[in-house]
Amino acid sequence: MSQAKTKPRTNSTYNADKNVRTLVTPEGIDLRLRIADGGARVGAFTLDLTIMIVTLIAVTYALSFTTIGMGDSGEEVVVAVWMLFAFFLRNFYFMFFEMGPKAATPGKMAMKIRVANRRGGHLKANAVFARNAMRELEFFLPLSFFLSALFMMNQGVDGWLTLLGLIWSFIFLLFPLFNKDRLRAGDLIAGTWVVQSPKPFLSKDLAETQKPDGRYRFSQSQIDAYGVKELHVLENVLRKNDPKTVEEVTGRIMGKIEWPNPEKTENTNAARREFLNAYYAALRGKLETKLLFGVRREDKFDRR
Amino acid sequence: MSGISLKSHKFRLDREDDWKKLELLLGRLENRSIRSLTDAEMIALPALYRATLSSLSVARATSLDQDVIAYLESLSTRSYFAIYGNQTRMSTRLRHFFIIGWPQAVQNITRETIASALIMFLGALLAYVLVRNNMDWYFSFMPESLMGARTPASTALELRDTLYHDGDKSGLTEFASYLFSHNSRVAILAFALGFAFAIPSAALVLYNGCTLGAFVALFVDKGLGFELGGWLIIHGATELFAIVLAGAAGMKIGWTVAFPGKMSRMEAVGKAGAEAASVLGGVVIMLFLAGLLEGFGRQLITNDYVRYAIGLTTLGLWLAYFYMPRNFDTLELDDTAGTS
Repeated sequence: MSQAKTKPRTNSTYNADKNVRTLVTPEGIDLRLRIADGGARVGAFTLDLTIMIVTLIAVTYALSFTTIGMGDSGEEVVVAVWMLFAFFLRNFYFMFFEMGPKAATPGKMAMKIRVANRRGGHLKANAVFARNAMRELEFFLPLSFFLSALFMMNQGVDGWLTLLGLIWSFIFLLFPLFNKDRLRAGDLIAGTWVVQSPKPFLSKDLAETQKPDGRYRFSQSQIDAYGVKELHVLENVLRKNDPKTVEEVTGRIMGKIEWPNPEKTENTNAARREFLNAYYAALRGKLETKLLFGVRREDKFDRR
Repeated sequence: MSGISLKSHKFRLDREDDWKKLELLLGRLENRSIRSLTDAEMIALPALYRATLSSLSVARATSLDQDVIAYLESLSTRSYFAIYGNQTRMSTRLRHFFIIGWPQAVQNITRETIASALIMFLGALLAYVLVRNNMDWYFSFMPESLMGARTPASTALELRDTLYHDGDKSGLTEFASYLFSHNSRVAILAFALGFAFAIPSAALVLYNGCTLGAFVALFVDKGLGFELGGWLIIHGATELFAIVLAGAAGMKIGWTVAFPGKMSRMEAVGKAGAEAASVLGGVVIMLFLAGLLEGFGRQLITNDYVRYAIGLTTLGLWLAYFYMPRNFDTLELDDTAGTS
């Protein structure tokens, strides 16, 4: 009978996020990297592509002015410069930025993601080169097949062959969708992956933001109503500070802990926040004390 | 119950200054370089980093403040990348690439290089035999863009002219538009295509060989074989070698994808890819040189013997540079001794 209650609990909060990957530093700490999700990757690439196209248009525009007043030979030089520029932009834009200290293109920086070595350690230049040379296969080849398919729709065998080529090349384009690490073919070749790298931001400790003045005191049994999971939900609610949610959560908690005369509590958002803050501090204190003794009470169903 | 009595809050208050200091140094390190830090800061950096890592593991064990844990995780991750990231100077990296990285990578794909060269030769031979037997084949092998005035209908005199005057285009435009940009794209594609089990790379090299063979057949047919040889070899020694290497790099990847050997597939492919990328980086440099030789050298030098001499010399230099036996391990030791 007691078997059901004492069955070992999996550490659910620790590995709940399926994007988390283990990276153990030489100091022996698991950094728990988060894989960049598909949306961020596509967003970053779209942004980079836009930057490249805009740059190319701007340079074309600027160069077209310099040809005014030049002879034929001058024009030729300008055309040559433009072609070299376009070539370097297409092939080395990604490499240049990813070899830098941030290991991210402007698009990736905006999405707060970066390239990293899959096995830890530093990201080598040839890995960056490999992952970006593969773009020729993963993006430009499907693109050229797509464009020629558009123009050759009704041309018999050639049209069908192009269509087959398009389908074939789409395997490479869609490669990241078929593995859990969201690896492109280039990442696979280069031994890299793209991980989240948010800027560290430390907000104020909620246990400090509003010093409970002792208006709200909770009995042990009232504090014992919840576990770590609920504490984290409460933390998120307090940080988001959405009046409607705060009201609802206050009601729920008051009901659960049988708070005497909930209707007597001031009916303002500030008062509710104060109540929640006080309860948060009390609950965290209690749970952390338990934690120090080796007991992590996962959620409200965990009777420890 | 006052907020300050929380142990985890005290823990945070005690260490927050160190975290902020690390964050500050990190920002400067990421925006500029390691040289923007003073000596004192350089010494402080690893200590702050380790302190932060230790804070992280304590926080994970004792604190239930998600915000602090997330902050420490992201701070630790960023400093890990900054501290274990690559801080070598560009000049050192380049020196390493030219002295060790590139030739070593080329030596490591010797088997694929031989295969790739054979495939190109096979293609050339095939096209040559076919075109010599029936000139109509020429049009199947030759893309129109390359053909220009060089068709079987041209007279020997016209063909001869194309060998010594590259039309009215200036070398620079030719170089930028075709010789360098286009060839590099082909090389990069040959590399990338290798991922699909090497076959497309081989096909691309074969096709390049066919074009070459058809071209040679046309000129030999008009009795211009020797002159064409000079025209081709002055840049071809570098360019064709580069294409062969790019194909070989692609084949190396494809072969490893299919047959990873003792290592796990992911690991083997990662290793082969990094090596092939070094080769490819060098190939782009080779094509740049070949483009210069073709765009400028060939226009300036019209003497057949000088063309042959230059072509064969460059070929000899490449072969010596890549394959001259040497011990890369001792080179590496010398290299680090020189920089420290």
